[in-house]
Amino acid sequence: MSRRIFMGIFEREEDILGAARAVRERGWTIVDIHAPYAVHGLDKVAGFAPSRLPWICFALGVLGAGLKMWFEYWTTAVSWPINVSGKPWDSLPAFIPVTFEVMVLLAGVGTVIAFLLSAGLRPGKRAVLPHPRVTDDRFALLIEEADAVFSPVEAAALCAKFHAVATEEYEA
Amino acid sequence: MSTDAQHQNLRPPWILGNKSLSDVSRDICGIFERKPTALWWIAFLVAASMLAVGSAAMIYQMATGIGTWGLNKTVGWAFDITNFVFWIGIGHAGTLISAILFLLRQKWRTSVNRAAEAMTLFAVMCAGLFPLIHMGRPWLFYWIFPYPNNRGPLWVNFRSPLVWDFFAISTYFIISAGFWYMGLLPDLATIRDRATSKLRRWLAGFFSLGWDGSYRTWVRYESLYMLLAGLATPLVVSVHTIVSWDFATSVIPGWHTTIFPPYFVCGAVFSGFAMVLTLMLIARKVVHLEDYFTHRHVGAMCKIIILTGSLVGLAYLTEFFIAAYSGNPYEQFVFINRAFGPYSWAYWIMVSCNVITPQLLWFKRIRGNLMIVFLLSLVINVGMWFERFVIIVSSLHRDYLPSSWAMYTPSLIEVLTFIGTFGLFFSAFLLFCRFLPMIAMAEVKGVLREGHHAPAPAPAAPVRAAQEVEA
Repeated sequence: MSRRIFMGIFEREEDILGAARAVRERGWTIVDIHAPYAVHGLDKVAGFAPSRLPWICFALGVLGAGLKMWFEYWTTAVSWPINVSGKPWDSLPAFIPVTFEVMVLLAGVGTVIAFLLSAGLRPGKRAVLPHPRVTDDRFALLIEEADAVFSPVEAAALCAKFHAVATEEYEA
Repeated sequence: MSTDAQHQNLRPPWILGNKSLSDVSRDICGIFERKPTALWWIAFLVAASMLAVGSAAMIYQMATGIGTWGLNKTVGWAFDITNFVFWIGIGHAGTLISAILFLLRQKWRTSVNRAAEAMTLFAVMCAGLFPLIHMGRPWLFYWIFPYPNNRGPLWVNFRSPLVWDFFAISTYFIISAGFWYMGLLPDLATIRDRATSKLRRWLAGFFSLGWDGSYRTWVRYESLYMLLAGLATPLVVSVHTIVSWDFATSVIPGWHTTIFPPYFVCGAVFSGFAMVLTLMLIARKVVHLEDYFTHRHVGAMCKIIILTGSLVGLAYLTEFFIAAYSGNPYEQFVFINRAFGPYSWAYWIMVSCNVITPQLLWFKRIRGNLMIVFLLSLVINVGMWFERFVIIVSSLHRDYLPSSWAMYTPSLIEVLTFIGTFGLFFSAFLLFCRFLPMIAMAEVKGVLREGHHAPAPAPAAPVRAAQEVEA
């Protein structure tokens, strides 16, 4: 499904912050913003939902710790119990270091994979940039034109107010 | 805006030279877009030769056996474990800078974190070689994995600190590598979009995973970065804690103490910061990063060195006090033997390099003189190597039974192996400087405006529709 997008290009973080805020105040829809670095507070201004990765990280950490603890108990006390210096089969305190490491390993690696999947990043994927310099020094604000309240003239004026260096309309 | 301006007046900028965003991309990418200098080639050839010599020594000792080392029945751990702890400790500064200082919102870290994380990876590689060779039959190293096998299945002993160590070091390496690579993603995209050569564009494009700077990705990315920092922080503390347990859980006098974990962690950060300073002060001059790695960065790192170095000094004193206070004659003997026995020269090198000379860094004039800071960082590297040597060898060589007392001298093979790990470390670091951005561009861009007055807004240029946009 193609949709029309109005794009403003900005040079400074105050401008992209101000423009994004103004767009939201008008009730228009921000399709996306492209930025060379993480601008503090831009996610809130643009109204993007916070990431759910912390939940995945927490769940994988609990899973890793639980599985490893069970595995250490099973190998040491059930599968092949060996008497090491008369220590109890279930030497729980001695199992904690490895349990911790496996928790961190599973949570860390799992969160990276979850990030790549949710962000749709994969090796060799072709990046489609709205402007060739968004990974260098330009900010691109993409506004959806479908809204009934949207007006290209007003949008151009808004972008000009925030020192936009260029604007463009295109089908995406 | 006015409060912003007031805030910005409080502190001088971290990055000098009033850089624009594209200046950052140009300066940092310029380092590897140019042809390598003669100096780089000389450094690389020296490092690669050291690596070659070390590799020959490694092949020889793997083929012949570790009888080629200077170990004896009394001193069963010496040069190899000293080097192992030395390299692991160096790695710790990278994670401290990338994770702990991130959680503490220390923005100066952005100029050093990339290089420090790379240093961590290379240091852990060097460290891992020593236990691997020490196994005696390194081709059976996979026996340390708890995998179902046809020997019973006989499982690894999860009560053993050496097994903990294996899990700690491999987790540390994997998480550090992931953290480093994720941090590189936005910068790889910048490299891809600037690249003029086809090969570089393809490689950077492949490894940047299609990064397009979308803010929806940035939101997730920031979350991921925070989570990895949160995981790496306790991880780095756990790694050197577990390394110290390799010693502390034994019943050797001088090792069997509860102070070991914090003592080792402080020592690791201390030595690691010294190594980061050594590398960055060289890099600063060689590839001209003076605007990015400034006197303020050096000053901040020197302060961490004073803190951790003083904690290490405190640990030395505490060890002595506890030995005297314990009333345990073996414990008391070990410490008197350390300071006044046959290895007292190593002990006093350690004390003077780690406790006495770093005190010079209290003086602002010394912290401002980069040549002296560089020399002090080398002194600390030497001192921290000797710390591990003293802990390991001086505790072992005279233990409970005087009839088994012995001395230890490293063999040529051991020395060459150690030189080889320096070769590996510096070769890897020099290659990293040649092919990847040494400074995290996307992070530096975020702190660029700190402390600068906001430049006057550009005159509200008439909107030029689609002029800048390549359709």
